[in-house]
Amino acid sequence: MTDTLLFTDIDEPGLNTIDVYMARGGYTQLPIALKMKREDLITELTGSGLRGRGGAGFPMGKKASFIPKGDMQKYVVCNADESEPGTFKDRELIQKNPHQLIEGLIIAAFAVDATINYIYIRGEYDQQADILDAAIAEARERGMLGENIFGSGFSVQLELARGAGAYICGEETGLLDSLEGKRGNPRLKPPFPANEGLFNGPTLINNVETLSAIPSIIKLGAEGYAAIGVKDSAGTKLVSISGNVERPGNYEVALGTSSRELIYGLAGGPVDGRKIKCWFPGGSSTPVLTADDLDVGYDYDSIEAAGSMLGSGAIIVVDETQSVVELAYKLAKFYSHESCGKCTPCREGTRWTFHMVERIKDGTATPMDLDIMAAVQEQIIGHCLCVLGDAMAMPIGSLIAKFRDEFEAEIEANRNERERKLAAEFAAAEVEIEGVSA
Amino acid sequence: MADVQRHVARFTHDSRIPGWDRAADLDKEPAVVPDAATTEVPAELRAAIEDGVRRFPVGDAAFIPALYAVQDYYGWCAPEGIEQAAAVLGRTPAALTAVATFYDMFQMEPLGRKTVYVCTNISCSLCGADELLEALEAELGEEPDVNVRGFECLGACDIAPMASVNGVYVGPIGLSEVPELARQIREGDDPLPARQLVKRPCADPKVAEK
Repeated sequence: MTDTLLFTDIDEPGLNTIDVYMARGGYTQLPIALKMKREDLITELTGSGLRGRGGAGFPMGKKASFIPKGDMQKYVVCNADESEPGTFKDRELIQKNPHQLIEGLIIAAFAVDATINYIYIRGEYDQQADILDAAIAEARERGMLGENIFGSGFSVQLELARGAGAYICGEETGLLDSLEGKRGNPRLKPPFPANEGLFNGPTLINNVETLSAIPSIIKLGAEGYAAIGVKDSAGTKLVSISGNVERPGNYEVALGTSSRELIYGLAGGPVDGRKIKCWFPGGSSTPVLTADDLDVGYDYDSIEAAGSMLGSGAIIVVDETQSVVELAYKLAKFYSHESCGKCTPCREGTRWTFHMVERIKDGTATPMDLDIMAAVQEQIIGHCLCVLGDAMAMPIGSLIAKFRDEFEAEIEANRNERERKLAAEFAAAEVEIEGVSA
Repeated sequence: MADVQRHVARFTHDSRIPGWDRAADLDKEPAVVPDAATTEVPAELRAAIEDGVRRFPVGDAAFIPALYAVQDYYGWCAPEGIEQAAAVLGRTPAALTAVATFYDMFQMEPLGRKTVYVCTNISCSLCGADELLEALEAELGEEPDVNVRGFECLGACDIAPMASVNGVYVGPIGLSEVPELARQIREGDDPLPARQLVKRPCADPKVAEK
């Protein structure tokens, strides 16, 4: 098993302070990177094979290379709005090792020549934001941030922005709008943020885990980093495992490790020897996989081949005692609440899906509703500015496809239950109908 | 057969969010930017808003920090607070309200200052979050000072079921611990110190080995 990179010394007391971080070899990669040529640095990042850890899995170096050269103001924005249900890896990184993120961010900022940079953290992470704020202040005091850092001639600013509770602000363009002080509505793409992002300037947006991996890439070299993991999925990945497992938590693994090893080996599997009904491989927005898919390797391409996505690397395990209808209900409720309302297919689609699942629960649905529901999901996918609607449509569509029998059984059971109740009410009530004597 | 009268409500399926028409008061004067010279702003609030402006100097980027400042000062996004923030920022109150209503953490009504967010998303509900929310609501629902509500994924599925008490993450919370937690919230004590997230070591065995 590979050694840890991101989680090295993570439980060291005081690692969130700059002194302990530096004593452990922190901020040694930054001056090395600052001595490199910008093009070489980007080549290094591209060569490492690092793919975005936020969900889309886009190659990080390639994204950095899209930032135009020139004198305009450029920005790096770190996406710390970790709100994908099931994901909590960035929280642990920020809370325990904020300087690793800051170091990685400064290197990325140097690579694309961005002098003004922001970390956008979700409002709910209050304690983590305080820790990060203190770390930024420390870094500023020690000259890691500011004018002409390490005598390189590069000046860099970093500010922390707090969100205020909106899932959609984790979407990159929604995040940019929120950072500009607006409602967090996603924008039409293109133009992509690399050309026209924050305050209309070229903007590189990366997830916390992606930026935190950069010091390790400089240290190991592109080849050293790319040697970890499997083809097209280089490096280590933090996997957040939660739901019905014995030992939920964050685990750092080399990409390509078998999913069974993650769920059973590391997280201990479901309690009391229960069986797994289904699992979300990359947060609640990804199509579910079943117990049959447990031997799939945990990397971008293998999970995709199995019909799902690695997403943010959050595995949610659902055991056999749970109801899929309840699961669909929670999903639909969440996404209909969080839809920003800008695009009709998502706004109405999430809302009506929620109502249809509600109908299943209260016994007024018919099996035909399942077909309507599945059709609605197809109408959402690919028809909106961002993927929030898809994020509901994919898991719900896959739940209906894979557990149709269970949905039908529940519809039937709930209908019968409701009819029994109505009949009992009818019998209990004294009903007078004209022309019919009691 | 008697006529069966059927009354079908206009929006039977709740296709309008309750309160959607609240802002449409046609008798109101059109909104203007409050006069910075005559609007009185508490010094503490002004300092907090100006700190946001210093950190986010471009455009309206200081809106969210300003709304946080108003909420900290008044306990909710009170109209007079919004008015004052608008005066400091030189924008209409409506522009600020429009932003505030988008975000879940901005309170548009006066509710308790002590916030208890119970995560009710997938991972937590698989571990019994709905029962936890019910129990906490039963204990604290009547307290005027406390705002208990179910919340979307708070990013702490490793301690499911959990709650964020004034921003402090606590979990996993057993139902037997609810009365104790409720007492601590009521009296303003540290919530379940042994169960706080910040004290939790990393789950990865490779970390502990070293």
